Amino acid sequence: MQVIYYILEKILPFSFMEYSFMKNALIAVILITPLMGMLGTMAVNNKMAFFSDALGHSALTGIALGVVLGINNEIISMIAFGILMALVVTRVKSAGTASADTVISVFSSTAIALGLVILSVGGGFSKYSQYLIGDILSITQKEILILAITLVVAFLIWGFIYNKLLLLSINSDLAASRGVRIVLIENIFVVLVAVVVMVSIKWVGILLINSMLILPAAAARNISKNSRQYLTFSILLALFSGLAGLIVSYYLDTSAGSTIVLISAVIFFLSYFFRRRK
Amino acid sequence: MPVENGCGLCKVKIEDMGVVKGRDVLLENVNFEMHCGQLTAIIGTNGAGKTTLLRSILGEIRHEGTVAYESHDGKVIKNITIGYVPQHLEFDRFSPVSVMDFLLAGQSTRPVWLKPDKKIKERMLLALESVGCSGLENRMLGDLSGGEIQRVMLAQAINPIPELLILDEPVSGVDMVGAEQFYQQVSQLRKDYHMAIVMVSHDLNLVREYADTVLLINKTVLKQGDVNEVYNSAEFRNTFGGGI
Repeated sequence: MQVIYYILEKILPFSFMEYSFMKNALIAVILITPLMGMLGTMAVNNKMAFFSDALGHSALTGIALGVVLGINNEIISMIAFGILMALVVTRVKSAGTASADTVISVFSSTAIALGLVILSVGGGFSKYSQYLIGDILSITQKEILILAITLVVAFLIWGFIYNKLLLLSINSDLAASRGVRIVLIENIFVVLVAVVVMVSIKWVGILLINSMLILPAAAARNISKNSRQYLTFSILLALFSGLAGLIVSYYLDTSAGSTIVLISAVIFFLSYFFRRRK
Repeated sequence: MPVENGCGLCKVKIEDMGVVKGRDVLLENVNFEMHCGQLTAIIGTNGAGKTTLLRSILGEIRHEGTVAYESHDGKVIKNITIGYVPQHLEFDRFSPVSVMDFLLAGQSTRPVWLKPDKKIKERMLLALESVGCSGLENRMLGDLSGGEIQRVMLAQAINPIPELLILDEPVSGVDMVGAEQFYQQVSQLRKDYHMAIVMVSHDLNLVREYADTVLLINKTVLKQGDVNEVYNSAEFRNTFGGGI
């Protein structure tokens, strides 16, 4: 860790680098944003923006269930509930009895209402409100380690399922004819998104997590012509917004998560006009 | 011209196939055979169950009955390679996927954002050339014309060379010249590789010109045989009202 601190201090000669919370936050941003940029590409391709939003909302229910069941570490109950939610929504969606956005909306509102009801018993919601906007400055070294492990595992799984996901995003019958096990691959992907969202949500916030996942990929789509460009741009744009957002938020004394998202949004609109002019 | 394909497949036998969705019977009691080296065309009105039949053969939907693959000497073959070209592809045209990305994704597990395996890439360039799509490899899939997309799909479907090629209305929404070109290519494949080809088609004139066997269906098989047999039958007249 000391080595990483040292390197960061050398690369980024800002006065805020003397605070270790800023160094930790920077490392967290360097880990979270590329992960989001990476998963975002397929979330956007598979039209899952609304789905990942719902997933973020269900974090509240995860925390609430953890409280009810007496689980001390809320991240475990959040991940467990996130995975359950992801699998159930995907299942109901593929049954095709109602349109996808309706299904997701029903689950999303149920989850958030259930979470709020449980957490607000006795008027005690305020201590959980940090989850709504997140606080990346409070991240500890141990939590950074969890993020790093998540990043490595997610990247390996990503490499393994990428081609299959790509075919799936083009046409599911075609994917099946190429030997892709559709349900399995879809489930692996949604579980992966669920885990990453839950692991990051405390730092990014329920209200903003989806923007971090979707905006860089949406911007990258506007300027890419193939898969390699798409993935590279998405990761770089996510990383850039993350670092720039964190630094700007320090000087403007604003919330880091929201500043990061605002910068992503500006980049998205720039890419949108770039595309229109092409 | 080889008389045998890769695994020695001779015919595909569909027995007692039925599909029920909710309370609707989509297919019932469907029996027919498809032979290698032949193009079998499935025709019928909208909602007759043509696509359902293809998807059942693909194993994509739950169905009753069996699909069996037999060799020349009547032995059952367990696994065959199936190539599939979907119905006029509805997909997100802004998706940043190049033609080469798409082809490579179907050929190997190496993620397509890495540098591709040289041999596989060369094979795919040849495949593109064989369907008359040279030079399209770096174009975005969404920028291609309907006919080009279907030929790229064909290039994917025939690598590796399948024993059974399934085509679901491959030329709907493609202009006349493109459609004719596509049929000629498919027709050539049947000769070159002795594969069994089954195709759903709306275009009765093209079917007349290229199909060896025709299957007229409406929930079940109404009539099967060669083109003349089926086109001159009472069942055909009842379905399509005489003229085509």
